[in-house]
Amino acid sequence: MQNNVIDKKEGADLKISCDKESTAGAVSQRACVFCGSRVVLYPIADALHLVHGPIGCAVYTWDIRGALSSGPELHRLSFSTDLQEKDVIFGGEKKLAAALDELIDRHNPKAAFVYSTCIVGIIGDDLDAVCRKVEKEKGIPVIPVKSEGFKGNKREGYRAACNAMFRLVGTGDTSGIPEKSINILGDFNLAGEIWMIREMYERIGVHIVANITGDGRVEHIKRAHGASLNVVQCSGATMGLADMMKKEYGIPAIRVSYFGIEDMAESIYAVAEHFKDDEMMRKAREVVKEELSIIYPKIQEYRKALSGKKAAIYVGGAFKAFSLVKAFRLLGMDVVMVGSQTGTASEYRELQEITDPGTIIVDDSNPLELSSFLQEKNVDIFVGGVKERPIAYKLGVAFCDHNHERKEALAGFIGMLNFAKEVYSSVMSPVWRFMPKVEGKSND
Amino acid sequence: MTNMPNYVSTTNACKLCKPMGATLAFRGIEGAVPFLHGSQGCATYMRRYIISHFNEPMDIASSSLGEKHAIFGGGPNLKQGLKNVTDKFHPQLIGIASTCLTETIGDDLPMLLHEYREMTKENPDVPILVPVSTPSYSGTHMEGFHAAVRAVVGALAEESVEQSNSVVIFPGLLSPEDIRYLKEISSHYSVPFTILPDISDTLDGPALLEYEKIPHGGTAIESIKKLGTAAAAIEFGWTIDNKDSAGLLLKEKCAIDHLRLGLPIGLRESDSFFKILKDLTGIETPEVYENQRGRFIDSLADGHKYVFGKRAIVYGEEDLVVGMTSFLAEIGIRPVLCASGGKSGSLENAIRSVCDGLVSETPLIHEGMDFYEIEKLADELKPDILIGHSKGYQLARKRNIPIVRVGFPIHDRIGGQRTLHIGYKGAQQLFDSIANALLEKKQNDSNTGYSYM
Repeated sequence: MQNNVIDKKEGADLKISCDKESTAGAVSQRACVFCGSRVVLYPIADALHLVHGPIGCAVYTWDIRGALSSGPELHRLSFSTDLQEKDVIFGGEKKLAAALDELIDRHNPKAAFVYSTCIVGIIGDDLDAVCRKVEKEKGIPVIPVKSEGFKGNKREGYRAACNAMFRLVGTGDTSGIPEKSINILGDFNLAGEIWMIREMYERIGVHIVANITGDGRVEHIKRAHGASLNVVQCSGATMGLADMMKKEYGIPAIRVSYFGIEDMAESIYAVAEHFKDDEMMRKAREVVKEELSIIYPKIQEYRKALSGKKAAIYVGGAFKAFSLVKAFRLLGMDVVMVGSQTGTASEYRELQEITDPGTIIVDDSNPLELSSFLQEKNVDIFVGGVKERPIAYKLGVAFCDHNHERKEALAGFIGMLNFAKEVYSSVMSPVWRFMPKVEGKSND
Repeated sequence: MTNMPNYVSTTNACKLCKPMGATLAFRGIEGAVPFLHGSQGCATYMRRYIISHFNEPMDIASSSLGEKHAIFGGGPNLKQGLKNVTDKFHPQLIGIASTCLTETIGDDLPMLLHEYREMTKENPDVPILVPVSTPSYSGTHMEGFHAAVRAVVGALAEESVEQSNSVVIFPGLLSPEDIRYLKEISSHYSVPFTILPDISDTLDGPALLEYEKIPHGGTAIESIKKLGTAAAAIEFGWTIDNKDSAGLLLKEKCAIDHLRLGLPIGLRESDSFFKILKDLTGIETPEVYENQRGRFIDSLADGHKYVFGKRAIVYGEEDLVVGMTSFLAEIGIRPVLCASGGKSGSLENAIRSVCDGLVSETPLIHEGMDFYEIEKLADELKPDILIGHSKGYQLARKRNIPIVRVGFPIHDRIGGQRTLHIGYKGAQQLFDSIANALLEKKQNDSNTGYSYM
């Protein structure tokens, strides 16, 4: 048995190896440091995001997230220095400075993030110096993001993004921020999710200082240190920033998830609890009750159809996997495989605890492995991202997109309903009955 | 001619990077696994990008270099990676493309592969290893694609004294549907054809019971080895640089006649293709294609008014732009801008030549363009329609004009892999799509909403 997989039937002792570099030659579903930084900072809509490197890194990340903005949409453009051979030989600093000059004048952004890529790490451009110089000239923060692709995996990229954002935090005016205030960290406003979450918190009387980073704004992040609490979703992406803010500004953090009814409700209660405010807790119960009364009957309908179906999960971070396991349980479905690209040992241990015996738990998988699990477990629906989708479809298995490119809101109470509907519309489609079948297995 | 200022920065590029093209070309060879020598992100990003167009599995292995490899060299990881791919996939061939990282740290791919072959020479299962140098800081995905095909020919085609009547086609980056159509056409001539690469099955396969480690299909290795016996090689693409041309390499290596054509898009470029087939095989154009041609011309009479004089911006890969522009000129649409992110240096000549005698005014022709610049020009040129891949959608939306999606990538519609561009049938489908897009626009914009044209 490979050491990135555990099967609970065979041993309860969890010895999964994770948080390591991917094996050379495996078709890993993982990305790189740059990818990690890019996805975290991407939704900051009034900042210029300039990728310093050859064209590929910028072009493959053009408009890839479904992260919406209520105002400026600078984040949806793909800016690059498009380094050429002569830049690689003679250095790209001049080109970078000129590109920043040109783009800042053109777009008047509130800040600029400058991403370094593999090649910049090798040719040794002094990003700090260029950024300092341009920052002085233009009077806006110009922040280097140390995201050379080869320096680790996506997690390192999250760290680099958090370091970059931390340069903004603490530079804004915090006057007028009420005591009962929070920052929302780790939601990226895919399909408008952060708007729904903000509304929930506002309904219980909490003020939101900064969205980090969904529908994010530079000015808000600058004053984020004025909030009383950081509410952090997701395992890795923005926890680093919360840690730094705790150390520097003494702001406590709680971890939440907005996927699924239980976790969404808990996210609201946890904030009310933190503020030790009875009135707020009363409102929180009201909000949850109200929202549940809208969606619960509809979810029961889906549950009737989906009960007993088998689900497999392979997502970026393990934290999302926890919520998905619970969400499937709510739909009466069995999770038979769960895995992630970047989970930690303790997260996998936790996954092992909340899943049924026999569930396959996997770290940093690849298409061959994933396809064999889908078949071995005779899965009815697979949840993953774009790279996993064709594996499912090729084998005639239903699929639900649950990554940062999706266009359906899956967070919040309505999100749970959307999720049920997504799962339902794929699993119940008549098309699966026409797929090639294994002898003796029904496709209905 | 409208002059563009010389911008330093690139916004919304109209090109992809070189290694991406190489992976697509390697995907069209039987039993091959594309492999990137670089950091993990490149392979993952490209897979995601390719999968979103073809809706097919696209495995690209990577040597997954980390920081210490970037400092001490990627050789050990490359070799470990090749071993792992061999053990897991049992490929016949591994196509190894370099990246900006490994080119810059100075990894010598041919030498490392030589060492690997020496290390493994006792092992009969070692696949054919074909390296190609594709630094992402030069050229575009098309140069990468052609360079990979050339590298395969260089590595596999054997010199031969035998001479057969077979014909080789280097189609360039066409859709799987295009390649299927090419294969269908070639089946009507009584000589064997080799199409290299052939992505018709590997990037558009049927639903399966068992996941295939390597999708079936692709150009057979044995056929590639025998390229040296062919009667002639046809290479599509007016803008291919000689140093990237597989056809010219085959000519040098095995003295095979090299016939360069444009992508057979539209009437005249398709006519040239069928004429060459006739010249090479002595067989008249099969009736089925004469009929397709006839029907296409008939439809031009039926629909010419709806497209006449409409102003089009064509963008994308240079050779696709040349073919599309040629076709648009034939049907009476006025190409006002032909733009590409590529910089072959030969786009302008190619377009002037294919439009000769059909347009009253040569369109603006720009290499090295991005969508920021295309948009700037569109403000002046006021196009009625866009012809190109799906990344032009934002511009079409902003200007409230139709876009007819062709080429790669098509990320916002299904069926990109089934788009037919070439031959009379391709021309027919393009004409119908373009005329209908313009009709739909007119109908939607009208207050009356006529139910006849």
